[in-house]
Amino acid sequence: MNQASGMQAADHYFVPEPSKYPIIGAVALLLFGSGAALWLNGMPAGRWVFFLGIAILVFMMFGWFGQVVRESEGGKYGRRVDKSFRWSMGWFIFSEVMFFAAFFGALFYARVLSVPWLSSGDNASMLWQGYAGAWPTAGPYASDPFTPMEAWGIPAINTLILLTSGVTLTWAHYGLLNGRRGRLKLGLAVTILLGIIFLSLQAYEYAHAYAELNLRLDSGIYGSTFYLLTGFHGMHVTVGTIMLTVMLFRAFAGHFRPDHHFGFEAAAWYWHFVDVVWLMLFVVVYWL
Amino acid sequence: EQPHARYNLQQPVTGIAEQINDMHTLMLVICLLIFVGVFGVMFWAVFNHRKSKGAVAAHFHENTAVEIAWTVIPVLILLGMAWPATKTVIAMKDTSNPDITVKATGYQWKWGYDYLQGEGEGIRFLSALATPRDQIEGGAPKGDAYLLEVDNPLVVPVGKKIRVLLTANDVIHSWWVPAFGVKQDAIPGFIRDSWFRADREGTFRGNCAELCGRDHGFMPVVVQVVSAEKYAAWVAEQKARAAAGTPAAAPAAEAEPARIAAAPGEG
Amino acid sequence: MAAVIPDHLHGHHAPGGVMRWLTTTNHKDIGTMYMVFSFIMFLSGGVMALTIRAELFQPGLQVVQPEFFNQLTTMHGLVMVFGAIMPAFVGFANWMIPLMIGASDMAFARMNNWSFWLLPPAAILLIGSFFVPGGATAAGWTLYAPLSVQMGMGMDLAIFAIHIMGVSSIMGAINIIVTVLNMRAPGMTMMKMPLFCWTWLITAYLLIAVMPVLAGAVTMVLADRHFGTSFFNAAGGGDPVMYQHIFWFFGHPEVYIMILPAFGIVSQIIPAFSRKPLFGYASMVYATASIAILSFAVWAHHMFATGMPAAGQLFFMYATMLIAVPTGVKVFNWVATMWRGALSFEPPMLWATGFIFVFTMGGFTGLICAIAPIDIQVQDTYYVVAHFHYVLVAGSLFSLFAGAYYWLPKWTGHMPSEALGKLHFWCSMVFFNITFFPMHFLGLAGMPRRIPDYALQFADFNAMASVGAFGFGLSQLIFIVVVVKCIRGGERAAARSWDGAEGLEWTVPSPAPYHTFEEAPVVR
Ligand code: HEA
Ligand code: HEA
Ligand code: CUA
Ligand SMILES: [Cu+2]
Repeated sequence: MNQASGMQAADHYFVPEPSKYPIIGAVALLLFGSGAALWLNGMPAGRWVFFLGIAILVFMMFGWFGQVVRESEGGKYGRRVDKSFRWSMGWFIFSEVMFFAAFFGALFYARVLSVPWLSSGDNASMLWQGYAGAWPTAGPYASDPFTPMEAWGIPAINTLILLTSGVTLTWAHYGLLNGRRGRLKLGLAVTILLGIIFLSLQAYEYAHAYAELNLRLDSGIYGSTFYLLTGFHGMHVTVGTIMLTVMLFRAFAGHFRPDHHFGFEAAAWYWHFVDVVWLMLFVVVYWL
Repeated sequence: EQPHARYNLQQPVTGIAEQINDMHTLMLVICLLIFVGVFGVMFWAVFNHRKSKGAVAAHFHENTAVEIAWTVIPVLILLGMAWPATKTVIAMKDTSNPDITVKATGYQWKWGYDYLQGEGEGIRFLSALATPRDQIEGGAPKGDAYLLEVDNPLVVPVGKKIRVLLTANDVIHSWWVPAFGVKQDAIPGFIRDSWFRADREGTFRGNCAELCGRDHGFMPVVVQVVSAEKYAAWVAEQKARAAAGTPAAAPAAEAEPARIAAAPGEG
Repeated sequence: MAAVIPDHLHGHHAPGGVMRWLTTTNHKDIGTMYMVFSFIMFLSGGVMALTIRAELFQPGLQVVQPEFFNQLTTMHGLVMVFGAIMPAFVGFANWMIPLMIGASDMAFARMNNWSFWLLPPAAILLIGSFFVPGGATAAGWTLYAPLSVQMGMGMDLAIFAIHIMGVSSIMGAINIIVTVLNMRAPGMTMMKMPLFCWTWLITAYLLIAVMPVLAGAVTMVLADRHFGTSFFNAAGGGDPVMYQHIFWFFGHPEVYIMILPAFGIVSQIIPAFSRKPLFGYASMVYATASIAILSFAVWAHHMFATGMPAAGQLFFMYATMLIAVPTGVKVFNWVATMWRGALSFEPPMLWATGFIFVFTMGGFTGLICAIAPIDIQVQDTYYVVAHFHYVLVAGSLFSLFAGAYYWLPKWTGHMPSEALGKLHFWCSMVFFNITFFPMHFLGLAGMPRRIPDYALQFADFNAMASVGAFGFGLSQLIFIVVVVKCIRGGERAAARSWDGAEGLEWTVPSPAPYHTFEEAPVVR
């Protein structure tokens, strides 16, 4: 299947040659999973297996995505491949939405159902006397009081930061579409910077929560949902920032054309998705 | 003693179990009729529309009228099934105005009973498997009520509405007496309830019905339904023993929330 | 399979030997690997099932100890669901969807390879967990908290295995969606697509909607186990029942993930051997979609005994009952397809007809379970075990055999032995019913599931089920013989291997060349 460069005939579809990256990635995840399990069960050697798995995974991603970028820039992907990428990124993001839905669902369930149940009826009178059940709560058996996270401090600032980053990213996108590559690079750089500021503030917030608010992962259901939701979100911001950084490097390397830059768009979609998740977090975790 | 059920649900002893039995019979008959109808047609085709018998294939592949019919008729049948089921669901949920309230607590692997209200209030004991280990391991011949016998059964009077509150101390268990049509999960940290009114005396046996660890198969539920007089005598006996400091069994430990709270993090 | 070795390599420096399989981007290679893998998992899960049945042959403890018994039950469920049935269908999708829609390969051929090669690591974690301290997880395949929080290291391995299988399934599903939506040959409109492609498209949507939810659920278990969170702990404000809601939000669509592709396969085979077009193609598509949509609104029918409020019980009961309607449409359509056809009963058709017959019995017991008050009696008994083996073994597994017999000529270039295929069918059918039919009686009479020992009145039906299970297991050896013989040789298959078979896959030679439809065919 030697590809002629340039746009492909409408009915030709690029099929890649055999690749060693998938099997490398499979080994990486095997090490990752077994290492994590060993580590969690008090076998310190597991840590090294775990990190080795991560290292191999990073290696795989570099190699694999590098190859995709080369193929893309080499003109091997025609319109239909481009369309495939669009569909796939969209549905990938949908699967991420469902992952977050599980945790949002847990928060909803706790706030709307289980905590009120625990503080009423037979549960309150027989098992948990005196439990008021007001949110935020660490549950009826809480002995270690904590202060919940205030919405109108760092979280509000972080909301503004992420909203702004959405604007700067769109600005970069328009730069790309209109062939103004300076704007593309500047917009990307600013977006990345905002992402890093966001993450730093969140790290500070966590430190503050542990040190001063006594709000910990084991602070009952409030701590559980708070840290898992914001934590997974933070991981996604990290991934998004890395993706945008790669795009910035690619922009400097002269990649992307006004009519052919799905890599950039995918990163942008992802970033906007992360943004929307944050808005929901801000409302239901911090504010209400 | 109950005759053992073989092919069907156990002999019902409460109104609810009776309703469930009837509903099951009804469903079974309806499903059998549909089954015979549908597969009668299919097997007719299987035997008669064979290529080897010279059948030539027709070419139809649509028929709106038929398709509407076989969408609408099942809906109607389902409505007919849903009606009695709805009534029973609502009746099963009505735990109001009990004569006696008992709390059952699931432990790994035994039940604790606690008479909270009504005649017998204050009685509490543990109820664990009474089948000897060597019967299980094959060292001794198995007794009649193998695996379905406990040291201290729950005792209740006949014809009275008994409300059972359920909770658990460690993991989820489920309190189940087939003859009563009662099965209710016991969830640690929560109270759930169910009820029954046994129509006749006897010993009724069931099991824990939610996987709860190693001995999940070895935590039966045994309920003795006795006459009002016998019940009164039993209560008096329990009270006397308690006063003398020699209750029939060790009292059920508190369902200590503290122990549940200690559980998380102790991987 | 030896017969599908590349015949023209287009100047690729394609690696040979093991490397070929490790690095391949060919949908046929990958499809083959999926199927071989899933069959190995089926045998492993089957050996666990036989150990369970051996212990249950008689009352008393003879073969295994209770804790290990629970591990076997749990792992049998997990291995069969995630290791055997799901990957087998993905294997079929890989092999057949590009052939059916006239595509040169899957949309993302490299990612396709990764989807497959994530499965062996997951299987290693899962099966390997038997050998760690404390053994495999014994919390049931549903992994209910807080029992799963009590488990040892095997539970963590299972959680990571589920994560990895989830990644694999999501990538596989995205690949299938994109392939179906974007790779169809000119003229292959959606409403001309073979039904197998339709059912898989819809299944793929179910997968990307619910696999992440399962990942979330087990992640919360992991956090409760090791990081001190309280999702499923009332003392901290959580609720053990919340786990069940999240799990079954995944779990019920999951069971349709295991049956919709089966409907697809059967919908290919019934018309082929009736020599008559499928009755009600459009209504089949709509019925499949309705089942998928409804499947998101019925999950709590697994939780009738948790003590939901009456309104909840009624809602989930009604919604569950409704699923009988679109499923009935399918059954009626199949029967109408056979009606006044010119039927013949080669092995694929035998299996497909057997599927309809026995699956419907499982559907009816499902409906009986859906009636909340009846379910209170049968929940967590062998009645449920009977129900789901009727739909999973006689449903999913039988359809897989039907499909395998149907497409083996296309895969290997040889016709599978008709005599052995029929023998395999009849042995399976008879032993299947000997194994699982008595379980209805056991469940009704009050035998709980997930127990290593039982009361004496259950002895005879259990003995019968155990004998049946061994017979059923042995019958599967016939299939191995059929496949090996078919790869080795036998009557050469024509391009259109069955005279009534329709579709693009029958326009390419048998065995299908390594590369097909590099020039897209035009569909009228
Ligand atoms: C392939 C897998 C599969 C399929 C297809 C189904 C299909 C159905 N299932 Fe099943 N189910 C499982 C796999 C499956 N199930 C598993 C694995 C479990 C146990 C999990 C565990 O606890 O470990 C389970 C458990 C389970 C329960 C919980 C039982 C319990 O634990 O107490 C219930 C309750 O409602 C249920 C219901 C149904 C229904 C109503 C259908 C319907 O889809 C069936 C519809 C089909 C028909 C009804 C037949 C054909 C229709 C007609 C011919 C039309 C005319 C009919 C009428 C109008 C009556 N299932
Ligand atoms: C998904 C598909 C699937 C399949 C295909 C099967 C297949 C079988 N299952 Fe299934 N089973 C489940 C899914 C499945 N199961 C699930 C989800 C559960 C619930 C788990 C839980 O409660 O958590 C369950 C639970 C379950 C139980 C209840 C356990 C308990 O509650 O403790 C039993 C008991 O009999 C059982 C038996 C069998 C048998 C005999 C087969 C047979 O069909 C297997 C046949 C295959 C073989 C036997 C292997 C092939 C042959 C050989 C390897 C050659 C050697 C053979 C001989 C020497 C005879 N299964
Ligand atoms: Cu207690 Cu099962
Ligand atoms: Cu279900």
